[in-house]
Amino acid sequence: MDKKNVKGFLEFVYDFYKSMKAHEITLVYEGEITHQITKAFTSLTESNMAKEEESNTVQKKVFHVMVECLQNISKHADSFGSDDFLFAGRGIFMVSKADAEYHVTTGNVIENSKIDDLTKILDHINTLDKEGLKELYKTQMREGRLSEKGGAGLGFIDIARKTGRKLHYHFLPIDDETHFFILTSTISRNE
Amino acid sequence: METIKIMGTDDTPTVILDAENDIFEISGRSLPEDVTAFYDPILNWLDEYAANPNPKTIFTFKLVYFNTASSKLLLDILMKFEEMRENGLDVLIKWYYPEDDEDMQEAGEEYADIVDVPFEQVSYTLS
Repeated sequence: MDKKNVKGFLEFVYDFYKSMKAHEITLVYEGEITHQITKAFTSLTESNMAKEEESNTVQKKVFHVMVECLQNISKHADSFGSDDFLFAGRGIFMVSKADAEYHVTTGNVIENSKIDDLTKILDHINTLDKEGLKELYKTQMREGRLSEKGGAGLGFIDIARKTGRKLHYHFLPIDDETHFFILTSTISRNE
Repeated sequence: METIKIMGTDDTPTVILDAENDIFEISGRSLPEDVTAFYDPILNWLDEYAANPNPKTIFTFKLVYFNTASSKLLLDILMKFEEMRENGLDVLIKWYYPEDDEDMQEAGEEYADIVDVPFEQVSYTLS
């Protein structure tokens, strides 16, 4: 890097740092989500929460949501890149902590052809109340088959149940074939 | 019959399936990397056990956490007991939950709703 690039890079690092602080991000990762990554992130967040004497209930909810979000990426993130260099099972994962709540945010590439089905599932979950979610979970557990990748279609339902909130999601267009799928889950700290 | 004894880790539960000493237990945390690979030997063991069971089987679940993928496999285990019961066997599920863990308590109630097997809910204090 020449001098000008170094300066630009340093400014980027500092801006990135400031931006993380401004959004109260305590953990951010981009890359492949493996089982080891899932274990490392959950145990890191667990020990941080324990240090801050977060209640058991909140700790458990955050743990549940993190695991399901990470597994969603590792099992469902579609591949992107050029034909000779494809990335799959990757995405961005963030945890942020505000005064009253934790946010767990994931972002990953998804093929356009899957958007309709995914939207249907998420919107259906968002129409349900506590009892409805419980029934759907039971039905899905009974009737759903484990996919080849080990998904049972239960993750989103579990996130909605554990957070007690609607699933907030967006699709941002990337190119003709793919969108970027963003899901933010919020866990209240006052429980 | 062969005994299964798996020591628990951060992400896999402790499993004891010991017909000779009447100990049947799954406890701890369950979020294995490959749920099918982890639970298949347990399901197979139960099939074998069902062919030649003890007069009464008390199966203990004492989990503190399980992910959604595991929840499906736990139901598969409970279905084996439902089958055994349909075949006239005496089976009881003891579902332990930490006293302050409503979600784990509710999970037990949900399983009890789904499968036709006697369920006993037992709360305990985490030490």
